[in-house]
Amino acid sequence: MTLALAVDIGLTLLVLAVACWTLVVRDTFTSVIGFVAYGLLLALIWVRLAAPDVALTEAAMGSGLTGLLLLGAAARLQNAKNISAPPGLALRWVAGVLCALVSAGLAAMVLLLPDPAPTLAPAVVAHLPATGLGNPVTGVLLAYRAIDTLLEAVVLLPALLGVWSLAADRDWGGAPRLRYHRPDGALTLLAQVLPPFGIIVGIYLCWNGADQPGGAFQGGAVLAAMWALILTAGLAEAPPVSRRWLRWLLVAGSAVFLVIGLAGIGFADAFLAYPAGYAKPLILTIELVLTLSIAVALGLLIAGPPTRTPS
Amino acid sequence: MISTTTLFGLSSVILVGLGLFGLIVNPQPLRKILAFNLLGSGVFLLFGVIARRGAGAGLNSDPVPQALVITGLVVAFAATALAVALLLRLFQETGQAITLDTEDPSIHAPARSNDP
Repeated sequence: MTLALAVDIGLTLLVLAVACWTLVVRDTFTSVIGFVAYGLLLALIWVRLAAPDVALTEAAMGSGLTGLLLLGAAARLQNAKNISAPPGLALRWVAGVLCALVSAGLAAMVLLLPDPAPTLAPAVVAHLPATGLGNPVTGVLLAYRAIDTLLEAVVLLPALLGVWSLAADRDWGGAPRLRYHRPDGALTLLAQVLPPFGIIVGIYLCWNGADQPGGAFQGGAVLAAMWALILTAGLAEAPPVSRRWLRWLLVAGSAVFLVIGLAGIGFADAFLAYPAGYAKPLILTIELVLTLSIAVALGLLIAGPPTRTPS
Repeated sequence: MISTTTLFGLSSVILVGLGLFGLIVNPQPLRKILAFNLLGSGVFLLFGVIARRGAGAGLNSDPVPQALVITGLVVAFAATALAVALLLRLFQETGQAITLDTEDPSIHAPARSNDP
C-alpha cells in the first residue's frame, strides 16, 4: 500500500466518523462544531481530488459561513424546547434500510462508472488561450458557462429577499443584528486582529483567481466571513436594510455581469460572449464587482432579517 | 488495490446515505438542516470524483464539474440561510417550543409577541 493511499484511507475514515458523530451527538451546538470540522476535513479531500478551487470554496463557504450561520441559530435556539417526538424504532429501521439502499445504488453506480471517463478537459484547454485566463475553473465559470454563474450571482438576491421578508412589519427598515450576547474578550480580540489579514486574503483570492486557484466566490466568502466576525463581536453595526447604497452594492455584481453579457450580443454575436481580445479585462471587471456584491450578500444572509428591537 | 477515486466515491455515497438518514430521523429542525447539508456535500464529492476521473489534456481534474460544484456550494449556502431564517422566525412566533408537526395544538395558538 502506498503512503498516499494510506493517507486517503485515514482521511476517509476520519470524515465518515466526524459525519456520524455530527448526526448522533445529543447537543446541537456540539453537532455544529462537528460540522465545521467535517467541512475542513472535506476540504482536504478536495485537495486530494486535485480541485483546489473547490477546496477553498468548501473551507470558506461550506464550513466557515455555513458553520457561522448554524452556530448563530443554535445559540438563539438554546432555550427552545423541542416538542416533536423522535420517530419510533420501527420507523427508524425502515428509514435506515431505505437510506442504505440509496447508498448501495449509488455505490453500484460509482463502481460501474465508464472507463475511460468522459471528460471536457481537452475542450476547456483548447479554448482557454482565447479567454486570456490561466485558471481553467475560472474559465468555465466566467466564459464557457457564464450563464450559470450569472444565475448563481442573481440567486443570492431572492434568497436575501426571502430572509428579509421574514421580518415583522414593525422591524422593517431596521438593521440586521448579529450580536447575540455580551461578547467576551477573546472574540473581540479575534475580531480586531483577524480581519486585516482576512481582507488581504479575500482580495488576493479574487485578484489571483484568473490564473491561480481562487476567484470571486472564494474571495467574497472570505470577505463576508470577516464582516460577520466584526458584526458578531459588536465592533460595528450592520447598515439598515433600507439604505440605498447597500441595495446598489447588492445588485452591482449581477447588473455589471448582465450589461457586459448584453453588450456581447452587439459586439460578439451572442449573449455573454466576449469580443476577441477584450475577454480578460471584461472578466476581471465582472469578477471585481461580483466579489463585492457577493461579499455583501453573503454577509447579510448570515446577519438575518432586519430588526428594530434593542437586544 | 482500491483506487483513490473509488475510495472517495464510495465514501461520498455513504455520506449521502448518512445525511438522508439524519434528515428523516432527527426531529429537531436545525439538525435536519445540518443533515441536509451533509447529504449535499456527499453529492458534491461525487461530482469531485467524476471530475478527477475525467483528468486529461494536462489537467489533473475536469474543470467543468468543479465549476458546477462551486456554483452548487453557493446555492446550498443561500438555501441554508433561508431555511435558518424561517426556523428562527417560527421560534419567534411560537415562543418556547418548536415543532414541524402541523397537528400540534401549540402552533395553532401562537404567542403573538412580535406584533405591535
